[in-house]
Amino acid sequence: MTHATSMGLDSRKLAFWTFIGSECLLFGSLISTYLVYKGQSVVGPYPHEILNIPVTSLSTFDLLASSLWMVLALAAVQRGDMKWAKIWLLGVAIGGLIFLGFQVYEFTSFVHEGLTLQRNLFGASFFLLTGTHGAHVAVGVIWMLTLWVQALRGRLGPQNAITVEIAGLYWHFVDVVWIIIFTLVYLLQ
Amino acid sequence: MSNPPSTGLRSWLTTTDHKRIGTLYFWTAFAFFLIGGLEALIIRAQLAQPDGSLVSADTYNQLFTMHGTTMVFLALMPMTAAFFNWIVPLQIGARDVVFPRLNAFSYWVFLLGGLFMNASFLIGAAPDGGWFGYVNLTGPQYSPGLNIDFWVLGLQILGVASLAAGFNFIVTILNLRAPGLTMMRLPVFSWMTLVTQFLVITAFPVITVALVFLLFDRTFGTNFYVPAAGGDPVLWQHLFWIFGHPEVYILILPAMGIVSEVLPTFSRKPLFGYTVVVYSGVLIGFMGWGVWSHHMFSVGLGPIADSFFAAATMLIAIPTGVKIFNWIATLWGGQIRFTTAMKFAVGFIAMFIIGGLSGVSHASPPSDLQQTDTYYVVAHFHYVLFGGTVLGLFAGMYYWIPKMTGRLLSERLGSWHFWLTFIGMNLTFFPMHFIGLLGMPRRIYTYAPELGLGTMNLVSTIGAFVIGLGTLALVINVLWSRRHGEPAGPDPWGGATLEWSIPSPPPPHNFDVIPTVTSRLPRWTTEHPAAPSAPGSAVHVPPGSWWPLVAAAGLPIMASAVVTKLLALVFLGAAVLVFGIYRWAYEPFEV
Ligand SMILES: [Cu+2]
Repeated sequence: MTHATSMGLDSRKLAFWTFIGSECLLFGSLISTYLVYKGQSVVGPYPHEILNIPVTSLSTFDLLASSLWMVLALAAVQRGDMKWAKIWLLGVAIGGLIFLGFQVYEFTSFVHEGLTLQRNLFGASFFLLTGTHGAHVAVGVIWMLTLWVQALRGRLGPQNAITVEIAGLYWHFVDVVWIIIFTLVYLLQ
Repeated sequence: MSNPPSTGLRSWLTTTDHKRIGTLYFWTAFAFFLIGGLEALIIRAQLAQPDGSLVSADTYNQLFTMHGTTMVFLALMPMTAAFFNWIVPLQIGARDVVFPRLNAFSYWVFLLGGLFMNASFLIGAAPDGGWFGYVNLTGPQYSPGLNIDFWVLGLQILGVASLAAGFNFIVTILNLRAPGLTMMRLPVFSWMTLVTQFLVITAFPVITVALVFLLFDRTFGTNFYVPAAGGDPVLWQHLFWIFGHPEVYILILPAMGIVSEVLPTFSRKPLFGYTVVVYSGVLIGFMGWGVWSHHMFSVGLGPIADSFFAAATMLIAIPTGVKIFNWIATLWGGQIRFTTAMKFAVGFIAMFIIGGLSGVSHASPPSDLQQTDTYYVVAHFHYVLFGGTVLGLFAGMYYWIPKMTGRLLSERLGSWHFWLTFIGMNLTFFPMHFIGLLGMPRRIYTYAPELGLGTMNLVSTIGAFVIGLGTLALVINVLWSRRHGEPAGPDPWGGATLEWSIPSPPPPHNFDVIPTVTSRLPRWTTEHPAAPSAPGSAVHVPPGSWWPLVAAAGLPIMASAVVTKLLALVFLGAAVLVFGIYRWAYEPFEV
């Protein structure tokens, strides 16, 4: 049900933008802590010994690609092409799952190499930052699957494309945060 | 039309009406205000004489920690939320907030978070690390008990409530304004609510992160704040005060908004310099982000940081001072009626000036080093938070409770309330300036007779009990007037804003017909025609919902996992939360 709003912008979308603003401060605090504690660990493993740029580039590429699937999913929903909408929505979810798979692989191999939460400041701030991001991806995957199930049941269409649009906002935001983390944590060691 | 049930427990548990949620916030915050006040009285009784022995040092630590935490997070913030809920939709000509169920969720999360934190008293392990929870005192090494866990988790839960309410009210104010109600016609109280909520949604994520680090240090053995592992306890101070200073404005801006409504009404004059007051409020909101390290001058951050934060802190006094001049100029030449609300509003100005001036006095690092951690600081922030926020909220109560209940509060009891509170607070807090400058530190459970501070402490304690008497007058007044107060009618004060154009208490849908606004003072500048009678049955009132309460219940269940060491509770709580959210999302619910 649509109301005329004072700003001419859908209220849910506006709320979501304020939520993203809030999330910026959350990730900002986590990233700042990571940077402040860079080089402060008194024991290894240190970032340059352990971070695997080639592998993480792959997962980064996968997450970037999923943002493209998201754009295509929204476009499909908006023009009422529900066949492709379902495909692209599932694609986004799978892209997210692949990313999470990479992260599980990364975390377990780090633990095998001796980097744990408790080991040093690098471990604590790295796991908490990337883990928080991973949790956001996981929520996004559940959201995409929910939309996909909705589409399968025929309950998604151009009339409620706004719900897909908001999910897309979330997904792109999580993607952008990852680009920042990838740059600051992995590339600029 | 499917009206929600209007009486009975179920109607309250499932309500999504902003007015009822406002009432729930009001009574809950009021109860916590009394609890926090009781803690303060025990503290003052302990300090009435040197070598006091009423409570042990351990109990004393719990008392001052819970006094601060309760007043900030469980009494004052929720009491401002009670007014946001009740008044903002009425002032902007809306039928409810934009997301009514999210609003109910905020309240339930707040209530459960408050109960969770206070449940710690039952096992004798209330938080005892100060309301600012400095590490490494609050780290696992020096605080091995459950006390700090309750504090950390309680604050995390309360943060969720504040954030959810923040998104809701920002969108409500930006998007649900009545036709013609442009931003520069928005009542100042609604404006200050907007600024406050922007501060909430940007400040709370920062303390969330700080608390997560502390939780991990305590629960999983990480080293975020452990110096031996290279960690830095000062990181906590930075993160806490990056949140903590905006929090101060989160507490004072709503009171400034209330006073900016009360003064014009009882001076029968428009607010002097509306635009300047609004922009000052916005400016305070921005500048509030750049001053946090004035809480940390004694850390030794170096001359550059100290100079920057000293200058920024002095600068922020300017927009605040501007507002004070605007309020005084509003009084100038007005037809002043000294109702109780007006007395509290004028008292607010006077007390806030004192608190502001002592605040500027510790904007200067050398001066601050003499004052920090002494009772001088306690005097300062009580002039701001009691003399400012609490007096402002009292003004709001006498002004708006008639709108909420349809009955006026007693002016006679109100006068007792005002004078007891006003005299009591000055007796309590003014001597603290001297007690502090003469060297008595904060957070010390007793002091030696040789300090020679016994008399002043006794005066302070007497003052606290006078405030207690004043509060008793308020309690009696609020309870008595519910039945016996004079009927208020729609507009007992001749107010200028939209809330006074509808019956008291308002009908569930607020406005029969959404008004069209043509000026800043709609009820003063236009002849107000009788509201056109509307086809009442056509006004849709959303039904109640259980799911906000169910979803909210998931959070304290998850938090209990840490204090009981039962991992299963995390999954149970998460399941409850997710289940609640899904039922909520799929509930046919139209606003
Ligand atoms: Cu401050």
